[in-house]
Amino acid sequence: MRDQFVPPAIELVGLRKAFKDVTALDGVDLVVRPGEILALLGSNGAGKTTTINICATLLRPDAGVARVCGFDVGTQPDQVRERISLTGQFSAVDDVLTGRENLVLIARLRGVPRPTEVAGALLSRFGLAEAADRRVATYSGGMTRRLDIAMSLVGTPSVLFLDEPTTGLDPQARLEVWRTVTELAHAGTTILLTTQYLDEAEKLADRVAILHAGRIIADGTLAELKALFPPATVEYVEKQPTLEEIFLAITGGEA
Amino acid sequence: MKTLRDTQVLFGRTMRHILRSPDTIITVAIMPIAIMLMFVYVIGGAIQTGTNVRYVIYLLPGILLIAVASGCSYTAFRLFTDVQKGILTRLHSMPVSRAAALWGHVLTSLISNLITLVIIVGVALIMGFRSSAGVISWLAVIGILVLFTLALTWLAVIPGLTAKSVDGASAFSYPLIFLPFLSSAFVPTATMPLVLREFATYQPVTSIVDTVRALLTGAPVGHDIWIALAWLVGIIAVAYALAMRIYRRTV
Repeated sequence: MRDQFVPPAIELVGLRKAFKDVTALDGVDLVVRPGEILALLGSNGAGKTTTINICATLLRPDAGVARVCGFDVGTQPDQVRERISLTGQFSAVDDVLTGRENLVLIARLRGVPRPTEVAGALLSRFGLAEAADRRVATYSGGMTRRLDIAMSLVGTPSVLFLDEPTTGLDPQARLEVWRTVTELAHAGTTILLTTQYLDEAEKLADRVAILHAGRIIADGTLAELKALFPPATVEYVEKQPTLEEIFLAITGGEA
Repeated sequence: MKTLRDTQVLFGRTMRHILRSPDTIITVAIMPIAIMLMFVYVIGGAIQTGTNVRYVIYLLPGILLIAVASGCSYTAFRLFTDVQKGILTRLHSMPVSRAAALWGHVLTSLISNLITLVIIVGVALIMGFRSSAGVISWLAVIGILVLFTLALTWLAVIPGLTAKSVDGASAFSYPLIFLPFLSSAFVPTATMPLVLREFATYQPVTSIVDTVRALLTGAPVGHDIWIALAWLVGIIAVAYALAMRIYRRTV
């Protein structure tokens, strides 16, 4: 059993956020345990990025509490920032610099000892050693994304937020990112990833939470979510529901 | 201190951008140099400045201000690119001083503009610019140009943070580049029609240009320097306050 005094990696209680008249989050409750990969699944506009941005101290919620590693994102943002990394929807890399320079830059800013060595180790780990001293502008989409994720791992954060890490990537690059995320999970990093691809959630996550219209409407392991689906009764061929079917069924099929 | 260290690291990053594409410095320097060549060798012969100052000396202060105005459009552009690429968001989600993320750009703007100014003064020297100004006067000239650069840099931060397109980010500099033409930078304001003359006399560029020119030629500076300093400090204060307000809301 897990030590009950270890705080959850991420804990959201009654999170609300509105932009002008548009309600983005309408009372989000969510707990992610240390070392877990949770996929936050939802269609465009469901509030995924808003949730991530609040956890990453970029946005203040209108109401509710968000804690990361036991620290309140509103009142202890510095402690939170020490422990997290955010990989946004679009790769936030400096394409004038080389891959190595990008990593060294982040290592310096994070105050990591021996920035050059840290950069070198991450470059080999992400298969970027050969391209290390080329400008990022010459990288492929997959390489850029891998560098982006590598930059998020400088200083080994305990919680990683991946906001739609594979959106806009070709299938090959997508597989590369999937492999990376799986490896990170084995290393014990807590990951909250958002996605609108159902197969991605199915493939990567220990647990899936479905965010719809600003609320978590389902939350559980894939097996638990499948149990929510009405069992097949009269069909001749019993077919396991895919996550896509579950998603469409519980969100009302507008997705 | 954390803010200072972060500023230094981020300043190093943007300076590397400048050194990687020295064409930006050259592009910024070329237009003012072309204007200077044209005015001195084509138009200048026909201009009566009403002084016995050589025309290349007369127009140099205005040329330097034009260079800073166009240089600062790149400051807006670099900041805009950081916002667009999510680099600012990344920095804000890290234990990095928020002020440093902005000051790195401001310092880079200052240094790259000063490099451009040195290049232009070099060309002016070849064209016969000589100054009798002593060390104190030169320090005063440098001080005024630094304040002018800071003023336009903080103005540039505003479109850099708020623009919706690259063109929008740098468009703010066009009227500023034009402003010296409606001042005493190229011709005395006395020959201008009434409305224009009033505008030219009281807009900030005229007092700055007159002050720098007086300092370079060893003429009495008069109260122009105080008007110039008041404008510069005022613009810096307002632009800084506005920029910081917008910055706090960004991301």
